[in-house]
Amino acid sequence: MLSANMVELAYLVASVLIIFALKGLASPASARRGNALGMMGMGIAALVTLQLDAVQNYAWIVAAVGIGGLIGGVVARKVPMTHMPQTVAFMHSLVGLAAVLIAVSACYDPVAYGIANAEGGLYLASRIELFLGTFIGAITFTASLIAFGKLQGLLSGRPLVFAGQHVVNLVLGVVMLAAGIMFCVSGAWLPFLIMLAVALVLGVLLIVPIGGADMPVIVSMLNSYSGWAAAGIGFTLGNNMMIVAGALVGSSGAILSYIMCKAMNRSLFNVLLGGFGGDAPAASAAGGAIVERPVKSGAAEDAAFLISNARSVVIIPGYGLAVARAQHALKEMVDVLVKQGVDVKFAIHPVAGRMPGHMNVLLAEADVPYDIVFEMDEINSEMADTDVALIIGANDVVNPAAKTDPSSPIYGMPIIEASKARHVIVVKRSLAAGYAGLDNDLFYMDQTMMLFADAKKACEAIVQALD
Amino acid sequence: MNVDVVQNAAQVAQSSTADPVIFSITVFVLAIIVGYHVVWNVTPALHTPLMSVTNAISSIIIVGALLAAGPVEMNLATVLGLIAVGLASVNIFGGFMVTQRMLSMFKKRA
Repeated sequence: MLSANMVELAYLVASVLIIFALKGLASPASARRGNALGMMGMGIAALVTLQLDAVQNYAWIVAAVGIGGLIGGVVARKVPMTHMPQTVAFMHSLVGLAAVLIAVSACYDPVAYGIANAEGGLYLASRIELFLGTFIGAITFTASLIAFGKLQGLLSGRPLVFAGQHVVNLVLGVVMLAAGIMFCVSGAWLPFLIMLAVALVLGVLLIVPIGGADMPVIVSMLNSYSGWAAAGIGFTLGNNMMIVAGALVGSSGAILSYIMCKAMNRSLFNVLLGGFGGDAPAASAAGGAIVERPVKSGAAEDAAFLISNARSVVIIPGYGLAVARAQHALKEMVDVLVKQGVDVKFAIHPVAGRMPGHMNVLLAEADVPYDIVFEMDEINSEMADTDVALIIGANDVVNPAAKTDPSSPIYGMPIIEASKARHVIVVKRSLAAGYAGLDNDLFYMDQTMMLFADAKKACEAIVQALD
Repeated sequence: MNVDVVQNAAQVAQSSTADPVIFSITVFVLAIIVGYHVVWNVTPALHTPLMSVTNAISSIIIVGALLAAGPVEMNLATVLGLIAVGLASVNIFGGFMVTQRMLSMFKKRA
């Protein structure tokens, strides 16, 4: 067995490797090496722990790792890239549940963790840390399960709102805190279990009022929670490795939530309050009362003519592209255009997919090279110099009202400025509103041509017309 | 040198050594700051792999789970620990492997 100092040093090496794993993600070129370093770090942390004197139950542990690893491996290989958001949500729930199980186990048998006092009970500091780790873990567990259900379509994506919802949550929060404090003072089981049960219920209640469209923020936030839960358990066990890893994940998730909120021009508080997106169908029904405005619509041949005569084309994809499974057809179209000497770029809005960076992965899966894919901030300065903006499956993220109409609900939201391009082609099945339930002025502009079709069929038809 | 002086010195020494929790808090705060800077440097194109890899990283709680599952004598604590080991393993293998799968899709122009 390694000395205690060697164990700590090995954990330090593992922590540094994990930091480098995240650092590698600064560019796609270094990311794979970073991921390998992360695996090494995790491997070192697990092996060092396995050789501790306290860990002897090898047969059962190998079985548990084997079963878990097998399930994880199969999921990692099989899951379609469109299902990444719910996969990530599901994995967060596992971290939350594991944190709860460890906390219960530590309460039941503190001696095994070496954190017991002279009477075999827990110190006050340990109780406080267990309280924090347990309730964050429990909320992460059930909240992530609900988020998974909504994203997977097992539960309705509509927000579930009822009268007094926030009061109920507040009361439960107070009960949970009170039980937690009682546990910290007495170390008794009953308040611990009450605290745990209330936290599990709270996790459900906090997520049900949040609409499917806000799930990217929620998944990022739960990512953050899962990190804090791990750090909390790290505090309990006095393990710096867990504290470092947990803190890294916690801040990562927090930053992602912030980025997503900013991209939707909403505050985190506003998202958490819930109810957003539930009125969208009503709003679009009311939209029928808006005076019908003339639009210019064209066929795929017209679009192909415009595109093939352009010097530069910027393609703005939205999640509608993935829904129509049109990525590969689109990539084929890009190949033809590049061969004809057209400068093709992609412009990605931060909320283009169902989680941060989702659209980039979907395009990468379709073999679109990452160096022609640009972020909103990188591409906006080029839009005025672009011949054709081709919008496929996106709506609100190109709505000029966000810049020009202070009365619009999305006013202030950053957009990709497609309206600045010389020609705009919008591929869309109908004039229906986007998730914000708004009409889009872009559709009625002089330079805009609507191509009413399914995204996949439209791309295939354009490819045919280009040949 | 009388006994009082020695005892006093010992007491001063004890109170000048901080509680281990303080060291943990130090590490925690510094790690948050490191995380903040490292994550802002992550390119937005890789935010989905960032989430899946942080998923795997937060499964570092397998360290705690292994300690819980450690004793040979089986009781409630060990069984819960073993379940936690299994859950964390799903995440570690699943998280790193799906990240690898995604990252291998990102290619430059041929």
